[in-house]
This record gives sequence, C-alpha cells and structure tokens, in this order.
Amino acid sequence: MDTDTDDGGAAAHDAADADADDDVDFGVYIGGVVTPEQQTATSPTVEDALALGLTREEYALVREKQGGRAPNQVELAMYSLLWSEHCAYKHSKKLLRTLPTEGEHVVMGPGENAGAVDVGGGLVCAFKVESHNHPSAVEPFQGAATGVGGILRDIFAVGARPIAVLDSLRFGEPTSARSRYLLDGAVSGIGHYGNSIGVPTVGGEVYFEAPYEHNCLVNAMALGLARRERLVLSAAAGPGNALVLFGASTGRDGIGGASVLASAELGGVGEGAPDKRPTVQVGDPFEEKKLMECSLELLERGLLVSLQDLGAAGLTSSAAEMASKGGVGIDVDVAKVPLREPDMEPFEVMVSESQERMLCVVEPANVAAVMGLCEKWEVNGATIGEVTDTGRLRVLRDGELVGDMPVAALVDDCPLYDLQPSKPSEPIYAGPPAMSGLTYETPPAALLLALLSSPNLSSRRPLFERYDSIVQSRTVCGPEQADAAVLALPDASALAVSIDCNGRRVAADPYTGTVAAVLECAANLACVGAEPLGTTNNLNFGNPEKPHIAWQLTESVRGLGDACRALHAPIVGGNVSLYNEGATGPIYPTPVIGMVGRLPDARRAGRLGFARPGDEIALVGVLRPSLAASELAKLTGQPLPDGLPEIDIDAVRAAQLAVRDAVREGALSSAHDVAEGGVAVALAECCLAGGLGAQVELPEGLWEVTPLPHEPGAPAPIPTLLTTALFGEGSGGFVVSGEAGALRALGERVPVLSIGRVGDDVLGIVEAGAPAGTMVTLTLDELADARSSLAQLFS
Amino acid sequence: MKFGVLQFPGSCDEVDALQAARRVGDAELIWHGDRDLAGADAIVVPGGFSYGDYLRAGAIARFSPAMESVIEFAREGGLVLGICNGFQVLCEARLLPGALLSNANLRFTSRLVALDVVRTDTAFTGACAGDAQGAQPQGAQPQGGQLQGAHPHGAQPQDPSGTRPPRLRIPAKHSWGRYYADADTLAAMDDAGQVVLRYAPGENFNGSLHDIAGVRNEGGNVFGLMPHPEHAVDELTGGSADGLKIFQSMRLAVEAGAFA
Repeated sequence: MDTDTDDGGAAAHDAADADADDDVDFGVYIGGVVTPEQQTATSPTVEDALALGLTREEYALVREKQGGRAPNQVELAMYSLLWSEHCAYKHSKKLLRTLPTEGEHVVMGPGENAGAVDVGGGLVCAFKVESHNHPSAVEPFQGAATGVGGILRDIFAVGARPIAVLDSLRFGEPTSARSRYLLDGAVSGIGHYGNSIGVPTVGGEVYFEAPYEHNCLVNAMALGLARRERLVLSAAAGPGNALVLFGASTGRDGIGGASVLASAELGGVGEGAPDKRPTVQVGDPFEEKKLMECSLELLERGLLVSLQDLGAAGLTSSAAEMASKGGVGIDVDVAKVPLREPDMEPFEVMVSESQERMLCVVEPANVAAVMGLCEKWEVNGATIGEVTDTGRLRVLRDGELVGDMPVAALVDDCPLYDLQPSKPSEPIYAGPPAMSGLTYETPPAALLLALLSSPNLSSRRPLFERYDSIVQSRTVCGPEQADAAVLALPDASALAVSIDCNGRRVAADPYTGTVAAVLECAANLACVGAEPLGTTNNLNFGNPEKPHIAWQLTESVRGLGDACRALHAPIVGGNVSLYNEGATGPIYPTPVIGMVGRLPDARRAGRLGFARPGDEIALVGVLRPSLAASELAKLTGQPLPDGLPEIDIDAVRAAQLAVRDAVREGALSSAHDVAEGGVAVALAECCLAGGLGAQVELPEGLWEVTPLPHEPGAPAPIPTLLTTALFGEGSGGFVVSGEAGALRALGERVPVLSIGRVGDDVLGIVEAGAPAGTMVTLTLDELADARSSLAQLFS
Repeated sequence: MKFGVLQFPGSCDEVDALQAARRVGDAELIWHGDRDLAGADAIVVPGGFSYGDYLRAGAIARFSPAMESVIEFAREGGLVLGICNGFQVLCEARLLPGALLSNANLRFTSRLVALDVVRTDTAFTGACAGDAQGAQPQGAQPQGGQLQGAHPHGAQPQDPSGTRPPRLRIPAKHSWGRYYADADTLAAMDDAGQVVLRYAPGENFNGSLHDIAGVRNEGGNVFGLMPHPEHAVDELTGGSADGLKIFQSMRLAVEAGAFA
C-alpha cells in the first residue's frame, strides 16, 4: 500500500481498524448523492459507520467535526478510510514517536513518501519498505506486483529515480501446497513488475514458518537516487494553483482495500479469499513505467510545486495529505477525473485504489507544459481541482458540492489509542515438528547437511534467477555474492543495502529478537565495508488490541529504537501492518528491517565467498552461540524458548566496525557474518560462494558458548557444547579469510581466532585435541546438492 | 562513429546500451516517435518491454515511426544491433529470420551465460578474433571449412587453426528467448553463415533450437541476440567486460567503411 500518512515516527500504513471484520461493504452507500445541505432518510447512519470500521465514539466525533451534522456518504467513506489504522496509525503512532529519526545523514525523515539520506557527491538516497500482506494472501501475483508498484511510486514521488528493489517474504512451510502456490505467485508478481519497469531486484529474504501459513507476508523495499536539490515535497501550496491528476484512469478496482484488507484479520482461507479478490488492485507495470518517466521529467523541468502518489484510500488520502502538509484547502471535482467506468459515484472516485496514478500541484502558467509531457508519455493528465485557502477538503461534482470536511479533522483528529500490553503467561506458538530422526546427538556432518537443505537456509537461486538484478548497470554485488547488495555510485563509492528479520527469534524474545534483526542488517553492511546511514522498517504484527500482541509490538519497538540509536542508523520511514492473524493464530512478530549504508570504494566491496587457496580463515567478533530459537532447534522440534541471551550491543557494534574497516582497507579476501545455522553453515556458505574448500580445526573454548537453560523436569535434550559452538546462533560473529598478517592486525581491535585454511574442494572440520576422525568431511558437490533443495521443491 | 539507441515507452535497458556505446564512440537516444535517426552510423534496438509487450514481444514496436526508419536504414546496409527485446523487434520486422518463443521453463530467467562465437568475420564479432581459447582437445579435428563440422546443431563453432572458438560471458535475462525457426530456414541460415553466437554446452537455459543465441541477416548488417552485451562492459557491475567486444566490433566495421 502506499499513500503516506505517517507523521508520528516511523511508519505508514497497512493496517487498520478495530473490530472491523469481513463485513465492510461500501455497497451500502450506492444510491443517490446527498449534499451536506440535503440530509434525507437515505443518509448513512451510525450502523453504516460501524460497518465501515468506525466505532460509535469515533462516529460521534466525526459528527462534531462536521459541525454537528451527520456526514453524508462521501464524507463518511472518506473519514472511515483516513481514520483507519492503515492511514491514521491509531494503535501504533504513540509507539512510533519513541523511535530515533534524526542523524547527521538524514535529509528527509518520516512523514514524506519516503525517507532520504545523504550519500555524498550531491546525491541523496530515498528508500522505504512497505507491506502488501493481505492482498498477497488473497491473490499473490497481483498482491505482490502492486506492492512493488506502490513502493516504487513512493520513491519517485519524492523526485528520486528508483534504482533497486528488495523483498522480504514469509510463508508457511513449503510442504504445504498453498505455501508453494503463494511463493510462486508472489515471486512471479515481484518479477513481473520489477523486471518490466527496469528496476533491478538486488536482494531479499524468504523464511518459511508455520505461523505464516494463513497470513503470508510480502514486504517490498525500494531505493532511489536524486540530486539533493531535486527532492520534492508533497505539501500543497499556493491557493489558486491547479491540482493535476495524471497516470492511469480511475476505476472501481481496489475500493475499500485499505479498510477491508488492511484493517482486519483475514478470515478462513477458503471462505474469505474469493470474496475479497475484487478488492485487490491489478498492476500495470507499463503504465507505471510511463508514469515514472513522466514524473521524473516533470520534476527535471521544474514544472511541479509538489507531488504525491495515490495508494491506499486513493484520492482521499492523497488530497487530504497534500492539503494538511501545506496548511491549505483543496477542492476536487470528481467529474473531471478520467474514469474507466462512466457511472462511478463521487465516493467511489474518491476512494478508488486504481494503481499507477499521481497527484501534483502546478502553477497555472505551467499547466499546459505539464499536459504536454503527459501527452509525450501517453498518460492521462487532467486538472481536477485547485488549492484553496479554506483549510477544507471539498468534493464537487460538476461544480455541485457533494462533500465538505475540515482537512485537519480528516488528517489529525483521529483518536489515538493506548495499547494494553501484557506478556502472555502461556506460549503463543506451537512447537515445530522435528525433522525425522534429527536430534542434537546426530553426527555434525548430517546436521550440517540437514541445515543446508532446510527451506530457510537453502539456496535462493531458483527465486532470484527470476528477477533482473543487473538493469541500470549499478549492481556490484547481487544476490548470494555478498552479505549485502552493493550498488555503484557515480563517484566510485557505493551504496549497500540489506533487509532482514528472523521472526522466530523475535517471537522468542520481541526485544532482543528485534535488536538482533537490526544488528544483522548492520553486520551485512559491515561485511561489504559499509557504514549504516539510515533504516526503514515494516512492523508486521497480529491484532494490537490483544494484550499479548500489544506486548510483542511494544517490546519490539523498544528494541528497534535502542539498536538504531546505538548504531547511529536512524529510522527515516517505514510502515506498520497489523492484524496479521489467520484462523490458527497470529504470525510471528516480524519487524522487517531495511538498512542503507555507504562504502567509499565500490571496487573494495567485500564478498562472502572464499577467494584464494592458502588464505587463513578466522572467526572474528564476540558471538556467544546459543541454540535458543535457532534453525537447529527448529529442525529438532524444540519449542520456542522464553527469552534469548542478552546482547551487548556496543560490543557487537565494535566488532562490526573492525570488520568494516578491514574490508574497506582491502585487507580481507572474504567476510561473512555468522547467522542462521551458526559457524558451520557460515563456513559452508563461504565455500560454496567461492567454489573453494576449507580445512578447519575448531579449538577448544572456541567461543563463550551459552548453554540452553535446563528446565527441571523438562526432557529437552541438552546439546553438547560442541554442537552449540558449531550451530549456535547470536549476534557479533564473522567468518573472514585473508593473509595471516591482515588477520593479526584485525586482532588488535577485536577478538580474532585463526581456525584453518582455504583450499581444495572439501569442507573438513575437526575438533582440536579430539581423537582422530573428522566431524565433517563434505565435498563442495555434497554441500551444493544439499543446498539446492528449494529448486526441487519448486520445480 | 555515432550510435543511435532507440527508446520506446517500456524500454528498460536503453540507458545501459547508451552508456555501453559511449565507451567506444558517440551515442544518443532516439525517441520512438521520431523518424530522424540523428545521423547515426549504427542503430541499437535495446532491451525492455516496448509498449508493455502485452500483445507479443516486439509486435507493436516494429510499427513505430523510428523503426520504420530503422528498417529503411537496414535495407540500405546500415548496421543494426538488436538486444533481447530489440532482437524480438527485429524478428517481428522481418529484418532477421526466426522468432523468439517463451523459455522452455516458462519463466523469466536471469543468469550469466557463456557463448561460443561461431564466427569472428562479422561486423558484430570482429573484435573477438584472436580470442580463441587454446588448442582443441585431442581427437577433435578441424573439419576444414570454418563453418563445417559434426556438431549436432549444424555448424560447429570452431576455427580452422585447431583452437576452440572465442567464448564470451554475458548476462541473459528474459521470458521469451527460445530461438525458433523452421528446419528449412535453419539449414539456409547454416549455409549462409548466419548463426553468429551459440550458447556454450550446458548453457542453453531457454531451449533455443541449435543452441542459437545470436543471428545475423543475409547481408550481415543486422544482428540480434538475446543476451545483453551492454550489461557486460565493466567487470565491476557486469562480472565481465566481454560484451564490449560487440560494440567495438561495430565501430571497427563502420570505420572500415564496410557498412555505412
């Protein structure tokens, strides 16, 4: 979704209303238009307001804002959308205000279509992540495609040319046919839109976990580049200036998407999906390509006062936002809007979520030039209204007034609610089933192969091969080449970007799990040599009116704020998606983090693969491996623990800085952070990415291992410390390779432990001092075969 | 030497092609609605999704005013390079034989592919001459003529000197890249030496007949290929600079005066 109403802290929309269930139906209003002066028996009632998701109290407040009279159908439709969670953040805004949003690199923080950071050379990078979860659960191809379309419009709405897309996807286990269908559809949709519009998809992540079975997540992030002085705001200005709508024509598609889809829990998969399909918008990447080029050329020629895209809640949200930010009024005449269907009611025109449309404010003298460019790019352009000094949003039809509301009431006066967080006393999520025969006592080689072939760790090649990752000729590191995507800038420096979140770990500990997600992004940037400049986030959670979800959300936002403050990576924009619950319960809390950084020399971007036979391999950093909520714990069927080991954020940051500096100096041949699957999987990934083996000897006391807490009476198997050292997870650990001298120098700043050498085509791991016989001897082919399991599942 | 790079609504790789061409000469974009080819010495029809490609890839672009001029330019012997969507457009315009069908896996697929240069005596591969990979393995004897051979797919890509053909590593990314032509056409193309590039063994992911990756017309002045040479002009961002040779070859051909 994409109209932006975020002004509180970090977000934008994708959630919404209170007890709104599946019954929201704009159809109840189809009938005669009622002007404010002509209230009749056909006027909407309080019941209609409830059906649209407003509460009785909110409806009473709307009446008050309307001068004591009942709103007519146009007004009620507009209030109900702008006062939805999706647009008003009424359950999240207070939390979002606690997040850090300022920093030395921040050029534009939350509140505009996208945030932006200074990347040097007179350029800024605009970026943002947004969700399209519920539409994708209903119709994965179009849901994901329009998710990409929406986030791209956010980027060019601020005047930046989109240069990259990343996606963050969550599905149920791939053993489920529905999960495979959703994955295939979502990946096809993302590729269809991104490939067709000429913006590379350079990275992303996919996790498969049972809690997403009925409520998948499709989050898309986009980045854009602009010269700093070309950034444009969305605030309308200059009474008398023209309001021009350009792009696709307006139809009945997506009417009510913001409230019907984004504001309520999804019903049962079978019953809910068919009914909701008409609320999913249909994307047209060709139309958007023309719209993008037209918008950028309009800005390049200095023809616009301000620009805003149309997303959730359509014209209603865009016009209200532009007027609110500029402190002005706006008149819109719906009769002047180019329509796809001729007989649309005024409220339908105002709330339509037809894709590929933009709204701009133009000085009267420039209108003809704007229309000329619209003609060149073969997009509709129409003057549909004007900026006024009334402070009111007035809707007209052929000059006749059909709706009249104070802008401030629409945008600022929605009541905000306090969450009622309460830590659950019982586990929320069922434990996973064990993979047959797998326990902590299984030999390490078999555990390693099982991990590499597990859906969460297997190669994403079958997915990312369906994306164009190279168009625009900036991609220095694409998928599976480095821990972060790297994009070259004109001055020989580069941007780095990473998107990440392990929802299982957040579910085990919302505070620490969220800190870990932020640190993981920063670690990915460190491995390519980049320092974080700014962060975006998409808070995907269940129903915040439930105390345990409110607790997850509150703790997660606290962790997000702490980690971003510590890393000096402020939040410049984001999105909130609530009510992600299916028939079987809520999703794992999933605060998806997107982080953008910069490295001074694109040619020194770090790679993850081992590069030179004979290089020394070292473990670097402060990792304290634990199997709590790890991939291995999942595969062996362990229930989620209550809490994760505490993280020393400052120590982790110090390790990241040391690795980053070493990569920047060109001192290392490879750098990879230790994440899911622990050190053993990280080593295997370095081998496979570089096509080189490694001989590794693990010294005793490798790390300060954190044993799993032993619950009295619980039969949970206790893993050996060696198993924990090999497969335990945590923040702050890296596998690097390079010349011995370079590793010694790194050791002056951060703990460095030499563990072996790069070479041959076998990954061998032995335990120092242990009786003869290796723990792991696997050829690269065996590792690659294991890691190619996704291809078999989706072929 | 000046390249003209066409720009349709829906083109995606035109700026990449422009920048690649500028590494070897002058280059400028030509808007699809213009008939004036701006005095270009060679034309590049770039990749993307011209006019959305909702009908059939390249089917509408072929009728654009700029393409009408390009067709005339080609008939007069001008050099024309079609990349990906541009290849599709040139086939639709009947400047090149055959057609591009949906990939065998029915999916958009993006990967770096190895290509064997079947012949280096063309206006588009001349700069590859001398890049042979070294001696043939024992037992593989040259068959005499440059284009004769026992390759199961028509002409064997090999060189009379006994070395294997030059190989280019260039990214490909498309949904509709499976080269097809009927048997008579394929035979005629082999006879006329029109197959310029083949996917190297194991690299033909889209199912193209006879592993064909790039073909030229009978006159030798029009060439189309599915892989994207404009994305392989810098090791940093392309993982290979082999694609530059296509543009360099065109410059050599224009400067030699063979095509103008």
